[in-house]
Amino acid sequence: MGSRDRYGRIPLGVIEVNELGVLYGNLRAVNGVSFTVEAGEVLALLGPNGAGKTTTVETLEGYRQPTFGQVRVLDLDPVADHDELVGHVGVMLQSGGVYPGIRPLEVLELFASYYDDPDDPALLLDRVGLTHRRSSPWRRLSGGEQQRLSLALALIGKPDVTFLDEPTSGVDVAGRQLIRELIAELRQTGVTVLLTTHDLEEAERMADRIVIMDQGTVVASGTPAELMRSTEDEEVRFGAPPHLDTAGLGRALNAFVDEVSLGEYKVAMAPTPNNVAALTAWLAEHDLPLADLRAGRQRLEDVFLRLTAITGEHPIIKPEARE
Amino acid sequence: MKALVAQTRVEILLTVRRGESLLLILGIPLLLLGFFSSVDVLPKGDFHEAVDYLTPGVLALAVMSTGMVQLAIGTSFERQYGVLKRLGATPLGRPRLLAAKTVSIIAVEAVQIALLVAFALALGWDPSVRVGVVAAVVLGTIAFSGLGLLMAGTLRGEVTLAAANGLYLVLLLIGGMVVPLSELPSGLRFVAELLPSGALAQALVGTLTATHPTVPAKAWLVLGAWAVLAPLLAARTFRWE
Repeated sequence: MGSRDRYGRIPLGVIEVNELGVLYGNLRAVNGVSFTVEAGEVLALLGPNGAGKTTTVETLEGYRQPTFGQVRVLDLDPVADHDELVGHVGVMLQSGGVYPGIRPLEVLELFASYYDDPDDPALLLDRVGLTHRRSSPWRRLSGGEQQRLSLALALIGKPDVTFLDEPTSGVDVAGRQLIRELIAELRQTGVTVLLTTHDLEEAERMADRIVIMDQGTVVASGTPAELMRSTEDEEVRFGAPPHLDTAGLGRALNAFVDEVSLGEYKVAMAPTPNNVAALTAWLAEHDLPLADLRAGRQRLEDVFLRLTAITGEHPIIKPEARE
Repeated sequence: MKALVAQTRVEILLTVRRGESLLLILGIPLLLLGFFSSVDVLPKGDFHEAVDYLTPGVLALAVMSTGMVQLAIGTSFERQYGVLKRLGATPLGRPRLLAAKTVSIIAVEAVQIALLVAFALALGWDPSVRVGVVAAVVLGTIAFSGLGLLMAGTLRGEVTLAAANGLYLVLLLIGGMVVPLSELPSGLRFVAELLPSGALAQALVGTLTATHPTVPAKAWLVLGAWAVLAPLLAARTFRWE
């Protein structure tokens, strides 16, 4: 299920995003984003509010046209092939999406009627733990209960691909556990999952791979383990006159120095006060000006710090531990 | 077919479940008909009995309340709560959604008309029915549904709620529904005859009343124009989210 398309081919990626750009007027909500999600994989788009996560997902759902670049889902165009695609895709919007006066079982039965081979509404209601709320209208459900019902609605059509926009936001601890279990079950049955979150810990727990977005672009991507390693690759970048004696500087600092572009240097060392002092001392000794100095993977770090500031939790993936 | 039936059922269920909508689509028309037929306070114009113009009037009101007010309020909140957006990501599709809304409007109107006619007959109404009445109800439903969707597709839920109810009251008063158009001052009457409510009331009076057996051509023209223009404008301006 999901690993082969209807022609029996194994597609490269169930979800493919290639240099996607989406403009709202002059605002570049998404600017050159690329990633691929393989069949049966759970991928988290992680980033602070305004990073462009929802815009990316809504383009894949067919709600928006790319301004430039392409997106494909199950090798189909989400806008042009909407009618063909829609039966294979399960969608969970960031909020709402349900009649305020409808009851959980009623809306599941309604949505089940849209699909040829739907899941059993009563069983699914039980799986998301809402059987006891079956006679309460949507507007009386708590935020977490609404999220769980939205997830059930995304799954009622037995989709091959699911797009879950902030599935755990506003959900209590027990509800989060339940949603994580459901997502793990989806992965086991070969369903491809793309979810968004601004919670580092949630992304780390649920996803096989994480794409970190900020201000409309991809900052980093990889498995949680790879991302952890990448933040440990410490470096100091600085700007100075071109054609410095990088070998001499490297000996002075006991670290590899590379002129990555004309007048732009990268030193493979931790940005500790001692290391920075040694660098500036060498420059002073050679009477060289220092244009600018940046420590580490500053952008990734900066995103991590803002993410942890939002959730108030200590992430499992940490920006480098400084001395 | 399964989806269309289920969608129609839910549309009707949600309409009936809202207490205020039952009041609007059945309570108020029945109340107006009963009260003003038995209490002789309204001008009758050239009608023998109040029930003779009140019945076509409240039938027009019933069409307006379902086609315009109910549809506008229901649909605008569906838009605001992201229901329409979410349905866009299912195989339901817009044609079946619109078909379900159409069928549910027809079903609700059938119940309204049955109850109002039964009540009017009990009050002594003696109709003389001509086939044009079907055309009048159909054109009126299309015109008011177009107006309802025009509001629902462009305004926020709360604004639509206020606007639809406000418009309902204005059209009720100057729509020839409880007060015959002939009783209105000439300037107001001129405006009233150009509105879909006045035209529909005239068409229903002319197709249901023995003493007024004709519908002015202008009323058909006005009703037909609203039935074409309102849905066209709604289709051009409707925003799904």
